[in-house]
Amino acid sequence: MNITNNNNQNADLSPTIEARSISKTYRGVALDVHALSGVSLSLFEGEMVVLLGPSGSGKSTLLNILGGLDQPTSGQVLFRGQELTSFDDHALTMYRRDHVGFVFQFYNLVASLTAHENVSLVTEISQNPMSADEALSLVGLAERMDHFPAELSGGEQQRVAIARAIAKRPNILMCDEPTGALDSKTGIRVLEAIENTNINLGTTTAIITHNATVADMADRVIILADGKISEVRSNPARKKPSELSW
Amino acid sequence: MRDLARMWAQALAIAMVVGAGVGMYVMSEGMLRSLTETRDAYYERYAFGDVFANLKRAPEGVIGQIKSIPGVRTAESRISKMATLDMPGLLEPAQKRIISYPQSGHPSINRLHLVSGNWFSPNRTEDVLVAEAFANAHNLHPGGSINALINGKKRKFKIAGIVLSPEFIYTLPPGAMFPDDKRFAIMWMSRPSLSAIFNMEGVFNDAVVKIDPGAQVNDVISKIDAVLDPYGGIGAVGRDRQISDWFLKGEMDQLKTMGRIGPPIFFAVAIYLLNTVISRWIELERGEIGLLKAFGYSSFQVAAHYIKFVMAITTLGVIIGCGAGTWMGLGLASLYGEFFHFPFLFFSFDFSVYIIAAGLSYLAAFLGTISAVRRAARLSPAQAMVPQPPTVYRRGKSESLIKGALGPTRMIVRHILRWPLRSVLTSFGIGFGVCVMVSVLFFQDAMDYMIDTQFTVIERQDASVTFIDVKSVDILENIKSLPGVMAAEPFRYVPVILKFKSNERRMSIKATAPGGRLNRVLDEKMNTATLPKEGIVLSKKLSEMLDVGLGDIITAEIQEGEKPTLNLAVVMVTETLIDSAAYMDIRSINRALKESNNISGAYVKMDKKYEPEFYSALKNIPSVAQVAVKETMIQAFRDTMEKNLNIMIFFNTIFASVIAVGVVYNAARISLSERARELASLRVLGFTRGEASYILLGELAVLMAVALPIGSLLGYGLAWIWASSLDTDLYRMPLIVSSATFAKAILVVITAGVATAIVTHRQIINLDLIEALKTRE
Ligand SMILES: Nc1ncnc2c1ncn2[C@@H]1O[C@H](COP(=O)(O)OP(=O)(O)OP(=O)(O)O)[C@@H](O)[C@H]1O
Ligand SMILES: [Mg+2]
Repeated sequence: MNITNNNNQNADLSPTIEARSISKTYRGVALDVHALSGVSLSLFEGEMVVLLGPSGSGKSTLLNILGGLDQPTSGQVLFRGQELTSFDDHALTMYRRDHVGFVFQFYNLVASLTAHENVSLVTEISQNPMSADEALSLVGLAERMDHFPAELSGGEQQRVAIARAIAKRPNILMCDEPTGALDSKTGIRVLEAIENTNINLGTTTAIITHNATVADMADRVIILADGKISEVRSNPARKKPSELSW
Repeated sequence: MRDLARMWAQALAIAMVVGAGVGMYVMSEGMLRSLTETRDAYYERYAFGDVFANLKRAPEGVIGQIKSIPGVRTAESRISKMATLDMPGLLEPAQKRIISYPQSGHPSINRLHLVSGNWFSPNRTEDVLVAEAFANAHNLHPGGSINALINGKKRKFKIAGIVLSPEFIYTLPPGAMFPDDKRFAIMWMSRPSLSAIFNMEGVFNDAVVKIDPGAQVNDVISKIDAVLDPYGGIGAVGRDRQISDWFLKGEMDQLKTMGRIGPPIFFAVAIYLLNTVISRWIELERGEIGLLKAFGYSSFQVAAHYIKFVMAITTLGVIIGCGAGTWMGLGLASLYGEFFHFPFLFFSFDFSVYIIAAGLSYLAAFLGTISAVRRAARLSPAQAMVPQPPTVYRRGKSESLIKGALGPTRMIVRHILRWPLRSVLTSFGIGFGVCVMVSVLFFQDAMDYMIDTQFTVIERQDASVTFIDVKSVDILENIKSLPGVMAAEPFRYVPVILKFKSNERRMSIKATAPGGRLNRVLDEKMNTATLPKEGIVLSKKLSEMLDVGLGDIITAEIQEGEKPTLNLAVVMVTETLIDSAAYMDIRSINRALKESNNISGAYVKMDKKYEPEFYSALKNIPSVAQVAVKETMIQAFRDTMEKNLNIMIFFNTIFASVIAVGVVYNAARISLSERARELASLRVLGFTRGEASYILLGELAVLMAVALPIGSLLGYGLAWIWASSLDTDLYRMPLIVSSATFAKAILVVITAGVATAIVTHRQIINLDLIEALKTRE
């Protein structure tokens, strides 16, 4: 875990995950919705990518497919050379279990379990997890680990969700509007937790956001529009979350 | 109605539970009314008597004395005799009761109903009318003939007609527990012919009486007894001790109990189901309710939305239940037709029964929904728009329970304990399924136990032979010498009135040989005991009815011979399930009657190989009145009871499954709706379908596991209610519930539960992850 990432343009680095002209079409009664049409992209080891785009442009759809929650209608997704698109439900589940961490806008914690237990859900089933205590320390919540979700603030809950997502030492961390429900100060703490993971664990990270300033903390920014990639941009230097403000 | 389409499975499950309650009510209450109406109409039209008296022999004039007793409207004298029949296709002799009937015209009491054939022809003395049950059992038709053995002479009778009598709606052979249409016949013969055969011209030995409306039966009975006493009257009885009416009434009481206990269970479950489902539904629609209210919908309009839904479910249940109940009622009516011989028995489609059933259903629906709907109606738009805060969980005392358990197990335990009342009610609901099964299977256990105690522990003879009159004990040697007889022991039946304080009981003392091995008595712990040499032994039931205890002295007025009155010490109380007998040592009763070793009959143990020879030899002994073969008695019992029972078990299995499925399915649906989001996030974390499903099904399994002992206990309680409601002087239903019964009941409920779990599991599998995660709780 010593990969540093000030520069990830390197084509010599192998992609963690690669999408080859994937499309996703939702069949409707009146008309079909093309959520994604022919998207190709690679996320590289240890890279931090921010996905931007108007509402309905297909960001979540893309992330869900890359994270093994959904299958594209056509095209291929490769994880370290393995073709996800040929996986059955069980294999996809195992893929998520061992390699992917998710963070959503709504924290999706289990209300009946404490912070520590929520994280333990993952450490109990994954192959090479860190301890739940360690994961919570990484997000700065070690002292709140015995609290139930209802006893935590939104930002704290989201940090627990991040701890839960990273406890398995995932290869990829997928964050869908992780700060969407938070004020800017809290949002920055959450982004710091994500960045820590990316730097310390070398986790390939993708963040969906509507907040263009967040893009400054990424190595690369991918902009979607109408189910297609409209622009890819590399940041010469990443900003720290604490340097962001909105 | 869009909602009905979406929640159709849940709605159907609830409708089925309502339907089961309605069905059970319609069946039992409808059948009860049908029986009541049919019986009353039958009794009325065929002038069923009010008081029945048996005596030795009295001149015809005595009937006039009875007629003049105040309160007596009319009275009829009859001749009633027992005789044996030799039926083709039957090894052992059959018996018949033969009763006189006017040569022409009809009596004023207990008229017959002619099913087929004709009444007596004016100049044929050998004409008989045969009761339909026996005729059917032997495929007899008018014009056929029957061989009887009367007073040692073989006689051939001609069947003129097949009849039914209000006196014999239910027929029991004397001393038997169960009907036996093959071996016991009721026949009627014209008075002149019958009195000629038995040398009873101008005399009678049986009287039936109708009393004035409002007259006191007991007063009339004691006056009749006074009149008949000199003529060997053994005591008149009212309808309450007339076998046929007694059994009919017993069956009706059972129906009544069934109609009072069953439906409330189902309605209670329905109330609970509606309450949880509607509450949860309103919870999910809080936002929409707020919106509607903000748009200006009134509370009433909001409430009406849910009420319509509940009405639709209930109405569906009522329709299912009325249909099923009518169908079951029709089935029950035809089943009753086999035991109870009515000229007509229809399942009455009494409108009010359906109305009441529907009323009860809507009442249950109302009780189930009112609180939830009121909450919805009261919700202010502002309140409703704010989503419910996340459910607050705390560590409870039960934490030690889940120490070391994995997350999913903790989720199960905490979720159950978070809503303890709901969890307990769910368990109770499922438990009712077990309860319903146990309470019906219990009958099987009780019957088996009764048969076992009565026929293998108490009565160990293969057959019992009763003589027409008492005989000297010497006749025992004749019996012993019959082919195949391995042992024979004497018994003596003595009609008696037992009195203690103000209580009295008419019955027979059953006296047996000391140290007898074929017919034994049981002590209160059901162990075999030896009959004391002196004093009287009472069955527990009899001791309760007379209110006597061990050591008390009771008065026994013997109703035979010189009718001595004896003072007997109660030396032992025995346990019996059938009958409420009194026992004495045969030598002690012989002494008291100043007779030398007379016997009424003999218990026989024999070698089965010689059965045919034994029976054909018996058929030729004129003094034999009756042969009761144990095996055929048991068979007759099984034939009749088991068919009945199997049908009840079948229906109750359906009922129990409906309850279990209804409760489990609704619990699963509600849990799924509450936890869809949690389950989806677990799947995102990499939990397999099975692991996610474990959380929900595991919870159901726990609730089910709690339900099984609760249900078993409730079932035992219900069995207790049945047992105490069937504690009569003819038989007592012992409270015996075998472990096999519990196992079967549990198996039925678990099967229903597992089937439901499979359905739920599929729904968990098909959970749309992205959909479930998209919205905010
Ligand atoms: N289950 C579905 N059925 C039909 N259409 C869908 C479904 N899910 C998504 N879509 C459509 O696909 C398109 C892309 O949706 P997606 O959720 O990926 O957008 P997004 O970029 O994440 O938007 P937002 O920023 O609002 O979250 C949208 O037009 C959406 O309506
Ligand atoms: Mg989105």
